Amino acid sequence: MISPAPRHLVEDAAIAVTDLRVIRGKRVVLPDLSVHVPRGQVTGLLGPSGSGKSTLIRAIVGVQRVESGTITVLGLPAGTPELRHRVSYLTQAPSVYDDLSVGATVAYFGRIAGRSKADAADAIERVGLTDHTDALCRNLSGGELSRASLAVALVSKPEVLVLDEPTVGLDPVLRRSLWSMFHDLANEGATLLVSSHVMDEASRCDRLVLLREGEVLADDTPAGLLEQTGTPDAEAAFLALIDEKDAAVKAANAAGRAGR
Amino acid sequence: MRHAFITAGRVLGQLRNDHRTVGLLLVVPLVLMGLMAWIFNDTPLVFDRIGPALLGVFPLVVMFIVTSVSTLRERMSGTLERLLTTPQSKGAFMAGYALAFGAVALVQAVFATTFAVYVCGLDIVGALWLLVLVAVADAVLGTALGLLASGFARTEFQAVQFMPAFILPQFLLCGLLVPRDKLPDGLTQLSDFLPLSYAVDAMNTLATTADGTSDVLIDLAILLAFSLVSLALGALTLRRRTE
Repeated sequence: MISPAPRHLVEDAAIAVTDLRVIRGKRVVLPDLSVHVPRGQVTGLLGPSGSGKSTLIRAIVGVQRVESGTITVLGLPAGTPELRHRVSYLTQAPSVYDDLSVGATVAYFGRIAGRSKADAADAIERVGLTDHTDALCRNLSGGELSRASLAVALVSKPEVLVLDEPTVGLDPVLRRSLWSMFHDLANEGATLLVSSHVMDEASRCDRLVLLREGEVLADDTPAGLLEQTGTPDAEAAFLALIDEKDAAVKAANAAGRAGR
Repeated sequence: MRHAFITAGRVLGQLRNDHRTVGLLLVVPLVLMGLMAWIFNDTPLVFDRIGPALLGVFPLVVMFIVTSVSTLRERMSGTLERLLTTPQSKGAFMAGYALAFGAVALVQAVFATTFAVYVCGLDIVGALWLLVLVAVADAVLGTALGLLASGFARTEFQAVQFMPAFILPQFLLCGLLVPRDKLPDGLTQLSDFLPLSYAVDAMNTLATTADGTSDVLIDLAILLAFSLVSLALGALTLRRRTE
């Protein structure tokens, strides 16, 4: 008897995506994607721009029209009303109200999620913007704006955080402190899926999903990935996997031609 | 409903930080009303006929524009996509906007009516409070139509074009230029299906009759029905999942 796929992994997963197919316009962005995100960990979704990271994220939070496939979050179909209390989403471009203060913006989303003023202050503190609480969002720098947007994602105290490129454009010190905050949240029991196109952030994740042209190239721990590819860092591992795949495709084509 | 009030509070908070818009919302109707009074300085009877109708048209047009631009901004900034992943329902989002701009309209209507009656000498036979109420209903209708229209706009240019597309035909047929029963056959019947007609009907009744309260209340009910239908349609066209 063939032993089944590790079912415990699938059933325990906070997010389970199976055979997902998404078409935007005429382009097939995700041809047939399956991936599992374990609970209580920080999973990195890495890949170059245009690899389908944002589309996958939008599908997981239930705002992307999908062609076929299933997505389960915390055991429920993605986008069901109950999940809107338990999952929060950071859009890739900062989404806050230009003409409201940081405090008012975070408090607004907090109130919608039934959270208090103290929760809003806490979320603002976690992203290090306490000094800017009263500043209008339109007067913030790009980095501050994306942190304000991150505070909005935190204020609802969700069980699952789906963050689309939260650390892009931030200075190294801030990036380090945000990643350590992500791990704090995971230690408190939250599940995080964090996308990035910066490969050197890979080492900061508990688990990695490498995406290219809508396909999963690797789904492993950072250490496991390096071991498997025999490379020193994520960037090199990514290239090695691409080369391996291209070589396999070439070989298959050659075999096809020879057979004809 | 709690969410609707939270969103209304947020929309008003945004306005509070935008003094120029608040100024324009309150002052522009006064300037236009003043101009009208001046134009018809020698024929006060004409002003008495057109003035009240204008008090009904302003809030609808202004709130239509303000709302369609604000919702488009929510769409563009990604805040709408984000809100659609929160526990707030689409209906509560719509109702929040209607509440917020309805409140603004109340202030605008009190300003404009006071100015028209006490400064421009507009002669109104019916009850003033009823006139303010009709103006608020017009504003809510404008907001509802703006929310509906913005569901079809993909760019700022389209949103701006919806003003002439949605509102100007109603303006031409509402009885302000030519009384509705004097319009050519077909157009009179068409105007029966346009909400602005009832706003102007109500204002005309208030301008000319002292005991028209029941007629005005019927017009108000029709305006409210148009608003509710338009909000419901707007909530339907607001797609949670997009391509």
